[in-house]
Amino acid sequence: MNDSLTFHFDVDGTDFTSAGQASASVKRNLRQLGLSPEIIRRVSIAMYEGEINMVIHAGGGVADVNVYEDKIEIVLADHGPGIKDVALAMQEGYSTASDKVRSLGFGAGMGLPNMKRYTDEMQIDTEVGKGTKITMYVNLDR
Amino acid sequence: MNYYKHSVELDVEKCTGCTTCIRHCPTEAIRIKDGHAHINTDRCIDCGECIRVCQHKAKKAMCSKFEHYLHYKWKIALPAPALFGQFDGLEDINYVIQGLHDIGFDDVFEVAKAAELVSAYTRLYLKMEGIKKPVISSACPVISRLIALRFPYLKDNVMPLLPPMEVAAILARAKAKKEHPELKDEDIGIFFISPCAAKVSYIRNGYGDYKSNINVVVSLSEIYFLLVSAMKKDKTPQQETEAGVIGIGWATSGGEASALFNDRYLAADGIENCIKILDQIENGNIPQLEFVELNACIGGCVGGVMTIENPFIAKTRLQTVRRYMPVSRNHLSAEEQFVPEEYFLNTFPSYTPINRLSNNLGESMRMMSRIQQIRQSLPGIDCGACGSPTCRAFAEDLVRGKISPDSKCVVLESQQNKNDTEERQ
Repeated sequence: MNDSLTFHFDVDGTDFTSAGQASASVKRNLRQLGLSPEIIRRVSIAMYEGEINMVIHAGGGVADVNVYEDKIEIVLADHGPGIKDVALAMQEGYSTASDKVRSLGFGAGMGLPNMKRYTDEMQIDTEVGKGTKITMYVNLDR
Repeated sequence: MNYYKHSVELDVEKCTGCTTCIRHCPTEAIRIKDGHAHINTDRCIDCGECIRVCQHKAKKAMCSKFEHYLHYKWKIALPAPALFGQFDGLEDINYVIQGLHDIGFDDVFEVAKAAELVSAYTRLYLKMEGIKKPVISSACPVISRLIALRFPYLKDNVMPLLPPMEVAAILARAKAKKEHPELKDEDIGIFFISPCAAKVSYIRNGYGDYKSNINVVVSLSEIYFLLVSAMKKDKTPQQETEAGVIGIGWATSGGEASALFNDRYLAADGIENCIKILDQIENGNIPQLEFVELNACIGGCVGGVMTIENPFIAKTRLQTVRRYMPVSRNHLSAEEQFVPEEYFLNTFPSYTPINRLSNNLGESMRMMSRIQQIRQSLPGIDCGACGSPTCRAFAEDLVRGKISPDSKCVVLESQQNKNDTEERQ
């Protein structure tokens, strides 16, 4: 196994204003690693969307970013309500966010689709009532 | 390797090594070493924060003295719009323009006039096809340099048009040659009266492959003091101004954006706010916008480090000045509905990854791992006493070899000493 570098974050589910801190910190670290601007942007968008999702739907969770020499792995895990219908949730514009959340400008139904679009691989493990774990990969060898 | 000439200078004699500046620098470009500050020129963006916060006046903005450049036969003043916000009770900017003549300028070409043209060109640019939105203003040189160093993904969003001071320089020179055909190029001196250090750097370094058309940069504060004694309020000055509300509005945050007659704009000021906005644009989590105006100084150019007055007072004064002005005195005729080729910037400064730990990813990863380890052993109070701005920066400096491997955290050391003493007792 290659050496990896891990960044770990606790995503606070009670505070909307701090959402995005983990992705901002990852962005800073990836910049220092010297990755290309395009890779950094893809990782930070995918992670930002995931972070927001955890705050909106799951009351927070944990985010781990593992950097390998050939790829970046982003693991977002929460103990929220789970996703009932993953295929439906993957549709652009579909959202179960509350009116309150929408009034803040979130809940446009682009979170999961964007996470898929900006990463090379995405895996969703979810169980209703238990929680969701999303694993995303962005390849570096291109 | 550094070819960038900066305009923020340190007076080593006055610097006490107090650490105030290192904690305010938005790019973490300053360290305290051997009892005084050191500025890393690769990282500095000339924002002027360190000049603002230094209590010992050890940092200053460098620019030329007017009296050293009197040899130009035809001296043209290019006053930044912020100049007009410095004077108490001023209602008519013609008094200031007259004053500029009285202190020795042969002609005055208002940057505010050029700004109105740039506003008109921007409105045209926004309608062009295939441009990347939101368009980010190119007027504040701090922001342009920050994007080149830290937000390379956004470089295509930066408006590729010359800022008003450069357009003013081109037009002023053309006007002088037309009105005085006897003048040779080297006879004409274009003097920009600058509110900030960053514009001085822009003019000294150029931008991408663009070389500035301005010959001399003098500070707004120097010219202010010359003007105060020269300006006479007793007789009505000549009506010379060619600027309107829009041009003067460029002096304050939101002025440039509101001149676009388009409500989908954002205007932010203050360097930290600007960095946050750029981060959000990069992440795609901002509303649909046409235009983004970012000013590194609080309040806009009136907040520049070479101004005299508090930016908010200057802004209030400009409201008085603008009361009797038309909206704009510069319009493009029906035939001129395009941006002249010479006002386009062809190249963007190349991306310099200043934060990169090494050129090899594996090596960078090992270094970062080590940084994380060291960082965890530090108290995390970011006191700056070691000379690095934060505990994280201290760990980075150690791993990068920027400081001696024996460097110690002052707080940890004093705790250690305390523990040792207690054990002995």
